Amino acid sequence: MSRALTRIAHEILESNHGARDLVVLGIPTRGAVLGARVADAIGRIDPEAAGLAAGTLDVTMYRDDLRRQPTRTPAVTRMPEGGIDGKTVVLVDDVLYSGRTVRAALDALADHGRPAVVRLAVLVDRGHRELPIRADFVGKNMPSSREERINVRVAEIDGTDAVVIES
Amino acid sequence: MRHLLSTRGLALDEAVHVLDVAEEMAETQLREVRKLPTLRGKTVVNLFFEDSTRTRISFEAAAKRLSADVITFSAKGSSVSKGESLKDTAQTLQAIGADAIVIRHQASGAPQVLATSGWIDAAVLNAGDGTHEHPTQALLDAFTLRRRLHGADSRGRDLDGVTVLIVGDILHSRVARSNLWLLSLLGARVVLVAPATLIPHGAHGWPCEIRHDLDEALAEFRPDAVMMLRIQAERMRDAYFPSEREYARQWGLDSARLSALGSASIVMHPGPMNRGLEISAAAADSPQSTVLEQVANGVSVRMAVLYLLLSGERAAGGAGERAQGEKEAER
Repeated sequence: MSRALTRIAHEILESNHGARDLVVLGIPTRGAVLGARVADAIGRIDPEAAGLAAGTLDVTMYRDDLRRQPTRTPAVTRMPEGGIDGKTVVLVDDVLYSGRTVRAALDALADHGRPAVVRLAVLVDRGHRELPIRADFVGKNMPSSREERINVRVAEIDGTDAVVIES
Repeated sequence: MRHLLSTRGLALDEAVHVLDVAEEMAETQLREVRKLPTLRGKTVVNLFFEDSTRTRISFEAAAKRLSADVITFSAKGSSVSKGESLKDTAQTLQAIGADAIVIRHQASGAPQVLATSGWIDAAVLNAGDGTHEHPTQALLDAFTLRRRLHGADSRGRDLDGVTVLIVGDILHSRVARSNLWLLSLLGARVVLVAPATLIPHGAHGWPCEIRHDLDEALAEFRPDAVMMLRIQAERMRDAYFPSEREYARQWGLDSARLSALGSASIVMHPGPMNRGLEISAAAADSPQSTVLEQVANGVSVRMAVLYLLLSGERAAGGAGERAQGEKEAER
């Protein structure tokens, strides 16, 4: 997992031509942890970006499936100090599946400001998109069946780093 | 939660959860765009049989910030009363397609009737019923208290070790009752201070202490917060105290008592205030006063309650299977 995240960090720096105006936003819960790690990795690679802090972007209030599920608890949103106007925002999440979380994230982002560019980084892309959304940076493509569940576990929350497929 | 009728009977984790969600709602109110799309397509009806300024406006603002449609119905001056006509009103609202009904009523228990009668499917929020309860007021008071004491660290915490004096017209106050249940649930020590005539008969069985002398109570408990209640002249049909001047002198929060309180303690009032009666202008406008904070926090807390009552699967049919898959996948 750490190799995949480091590679994503390199790719982000490459596509952005450095760390200028870069903002990393993780989507809670696991995405927020991964976002922080990606920001760390970017800081290690590019001394200019040392201390780059990841923010978090909660999308609960923007979801399109709120009335179909048990009530979700909104998580914390932390925007970086300089805001996101005119910045390159990289959204980070653990698993990309239907694309609906990312759609909600784009809506949420618009209420915080107007970034110059928005990119998407995910640890796992499992396919089955329901919306015209794709990731710019992917840790691993994992073709899956809809019947399977793909759970990302991270040490900060689950005690261990792992990607688990359950069928 | 299906309805919010009272704070009595809430579970501790439920109460803390509402306050935590309110913290997130408060964050969203600092943004440039304060409106969230969350309750788009939902209809919230404000059904007010009794006068109100801040509660009605606050609920309206909360619902609108969550993109719900708001219909405000004021029964002032109409012949609407309990029983059959409340039923008719409720069924009219049902026919209009109300998803939530925020009700204020002069009769204790009216929201309970609305929620349990089977007349309607909507979620019922009690916005004050008679002398019974006013749960969102207590939640916003607890929220304000928690924020003042713990600041950014508030999430997940209760009010363990906090002492709150509730002073004044306890007898007619639904705010006092709701606060008593909620604050003691959250672990706070509650002391009621009032002339013996304004303490309800059953109060000796409540989880609180009772004092009749404000100065002694201030010295004895060194409270973290003093909550001054409005003298509800409109509900008073007897003489409960000799005169307003005497009440203000004995139980009003004046400058001397404000300084006796110390600068770390806060002064709360649910509004509307009778300046010069239960609270002096100096106390109401002091830095310790949270009166306006309480109003601002009220919107966040009501957003949280509306969100918790109106999102989630209420009579969701058919889509369940798919939603399950989606949820798993998105996490």
